[in-house]
Amino acid sequence: MAHSHDSHSSYHGTVKGYLTGFVLSIILTVIPFWMVMEGDFSTSVKFWTISILAVVQIIVHLKYFLHLDFTHEGKPNTLAFLFSALIIVLVVGLSLWIIYESNAMMM
Amino acid sequence: MTTQVTYPANAYPVPEEEHHDPGENTLFGFWLYLMTDCLLFASVFATWGVLYFATDGGPGPKDLFELDYVAIETAALLVSSITYGFAMISAHAGRKGGALFWLAVTFVCGLVFIGMEVNEFHHLIAEGAGPQRSAFLTAFFSLVGMHGLHVTAGLLWMIVMMIEVSKRGLGGKTLTRLGCLSMFWHFLDVVWICVFTTVYLMGAL
Repeated sequence: MAHSHDSHSSYHGTVKGYLTGFVLSIILTVIPFWMVMEGDFSTSVKFWTISILAVVQIIVHLKYFLHLDFTHEGKPNTLAFLFSALIIVLVVGLSLWIIYESNAMMM
Repeated sequence: MTTQVTYPANAYPVPEEEHHDPGENTLFGFWLYLMTDCLLFASVFATWGVLYFATDGGPGPKDLFELDYVAIETAALLVSSITYGFAMISAHAGRKGGALFWLAVTFVCGLVFIGMEVNEFHHLIAEGAGPQRSAFLTAFFSLVGMHGLHVTAGLLWMIVMMIEVSKRGLGGKTLTRLGCLSMFWHFLDVVWICVFTTVYLMGAL
């Protein structure tokens, strides 16, 4: 088992990596909360900004906390995630599209 | 039928090969489980989106949610993410005391989060905005409650891991289990990003 400790350090990260991820995710959390609570922007600007910041924050978490990458060790997890993400976009996106279109048609 | 390549008898890959760490298989398998869990969450998020306007004349998101309260919940969960990261670093460095300390800090943060969420649910139900009030509220309680149940499961698992680490130390199997819980915990944080964005922030727009 001795070999296993150094060989996949990317799996459990470094202090620097966690701190970077933490600082980035604080920034990416504070901005959308501030925008919605205090910010004087139009609704559509707020909607798209908080959506984009959420996606960026998810990527930050995946990279720094869940250690997804395209190295030999990280690749299987990353590919499994990308496939799931595709299914999620289909499930959520198409559900919303279909239901709201059908609602609009029945108005 | 001819084959061009012939293998010597000992060239076939065998499961016990040295670079084939069974711990990594466990971590990958657990990650695949989390991906199926993602799909479960995705369907509940889709339900939430579809039922968003189905308030049945009852209270809507603007009447119910307090963003400063949610911001504190979010902070507790974010801090618990980095403290779990420190627990993993201590564990891989073989520092048992450090690992236990950071696991305990993570546990407290998670407990704060769950306590606040239960309190929020309690208030909503006391105001007459329980899950039976409207389809919108059913979707809200299902989505946020399911995330809360996951966090609660993670907390119970964390207690088990703290006992295991303190009794058995930081052996290979224990490290693998800590690694699985690490993915579980960070995964729940990712789900929470989607929750606070789509439920609370978009609800307040």
